[in-house]
Amino acid sequence: MAMITRGPLVKKGAEAELRRGEWLGFDVIFKKRVRKEYRNAALDSYIRGTRTSLESRLLADARACMVPTPIVFFVDMEEFEIVMSYIPGEPLKKLIDSMDDAGMHLAFREIGISVGRLHHGGIVHGDLTTSNIISSGRRLYLIDFGLGEHTTSTEARGVDIHLMRRALESSHHSRSKSAYDSFVEGYRLEMGEAAADVLLRVEEIRRRGRYVEGGR
Amino acid sequence: MSSVQCVLGIESTAHTFGCGIVSSDRKILSNIKSEYTPKTGGIHPREAGQHHTAEAPKAIMESLKGAGLKISDISAVAFSAGPGLGPCLRTGATAARILSLISAKPLVPVNHCIAHIEIGRMVTGEEDPLVVYVSGGNTIVSAYSGGRYRIFGETLDIALGNCLDTFARSVGLGHPGVPKLEALADEGKEFVPLPYVVKGQDMSYSGLLTTAIRKSKICDLRDLSLSLLEVAYGMLAEVAERALAHTEKPSLLLTGGVARSVRLQRILKSVCSEHSARFYVVPPELAGDNGAMIAWTGLLALERGVEVPIEKSLVRPRWRLDEVEIPWR
Repeated sequence: MAMITRGPLVKKGAEAELRRGEWLGFDVIFKKRVRKEYRNAALDSYIRGTRTSLESRLLADARACMVPTPIVFFVDMEEFEIVMSYIPGEPLKKLIDSMDDAGMHLAFREIGISVGRLHHGGIVHGDLTTSNIISSGRRLYLIDFGLGEHTTSTEARGVDIHLMRRALESSHHSRSKSAYDSFVEGYRLEMGEAAADVLLRVEEIRRRGRYVEGGR
Repeated sequence: MSSVQCVLGIESTAHTFGCGIVSSDRKILSNIKSEYTPKTGGIHPREAGQHHTAEAPKAIMESLKGAGLKISDISAVAFSAGPGLGPCLRTGATAARILSLISAKPLVPVNHCIAHIEIGRMVTGEEDPLVVYVSGGNTIVSAYSGGRYRIFGETLDIALGNCLDTFARSVGLGHPGVPKLEALADEGKEFVPLPYVVKGQDMSYSGLLTTAIRKSKICDLRDLSLSLLEVAYGMLAEVAERALAHTEKPSLLLTGGVARSVRLQRILKSVCSEHSARFYVVPPELAGDNGAMIAWTGLLALERGVEVPIEKSLVRPRWRLDEVEIPWR
């Protein structure tokens, strides 16, 4: 009787291979960071090691902040593999085109609340894109914490939100403004007075960017 | 002959003054360049501008002669209006305005970054690639979507080419530094840890440069060159790989001055093979800044009626690539 079975590849992401399978009776995803042939071996194992270890810790810590994330069952630091619960559903990226304005508002307000909880709990995600948010049932799960950090600095929080806004602008340009406004509404709700400093920093980070009018 | 249009393009955003002529049947009739090389240090904007002022007439005459054309045979004059260094841009724009006035032909403003992309699409014939544009001034991963080239990742501070060139200069390798760094890296053995900074889809190279310069006093230069290139190119490859996975484009196009790097080509080729994408790179003579790319992009724009009256033909030193509407796609 197989207690641990790895199914076929379900997704080949940019840095990891995802397989669906079974882990002691649980429906799981095996996320393995694979060797990149184009990268120097020492640099490669350093990157895979730090991100695997960080991601597994942040996934668990985010859950403790009441942010929906997959449950981590096992971490294999020799194979750079995380075993986590499978989340049925679709990435938000694929759903946006079919969502109405009210649905968009609710979803991004919800994401704002989740990110506020993370920041409040001393975590930044580091790669908030609509590919890294899974809509499952009535919940929006955050995944892919490999670029995250344990920090409460205004700068890191600002960068986190700035990157999300940039991702919205590049992938969902026509609705990015209203989505961002809904996000901010949720974020303020959760962060309270602390939100103002962060949102101010987001504007500053934007002006720091290359070739932005009114910058430098 | 009447159905074939020829556009003259002027490039002068940084150290290169270029004048090229391209015809609407996709032929590059001439492509003349004159490069300003500072005696010490990096580009001094005013000195580069003075260099361009001195070199412009000769480059333009040679370009027309090379194409076998008179100024009256030209359909339009295109110029790089930005982004770039103010004094350099203004020199190129002044030359373009004069040519437009004496030939009574339209003046077409071209975004320099878009030109690097369009010349790559023209010579490779690839319709819709993910673009990796790397030079001394820019580091951008971009893809076309909904009427514009969208930026998926870019440098948060200095450009990749800037980082490598400045390092090469600081350890006495001179200009151009990248080929020399790559030769040294081939002999490197030990990997020296350096800051690898990827934030979401963006890269940061300034901390990498500072650390590499500091470590050059204590580390073997061959090892350090290897590590610097591995980290610098590795960050770009990671961002490019994520953009490829996210956008699901069928191919990747490498363009810009640093596209000449064989090492970078090898790395991105490997990224492509992992995602079953085709890999393309612009030929070396069109990789760096040149007038032909401005001419070609000007031609595409002209065919869609893009032109600017002289009194409004101001240069835009901070003209972002993702602000430009692309009516020809």
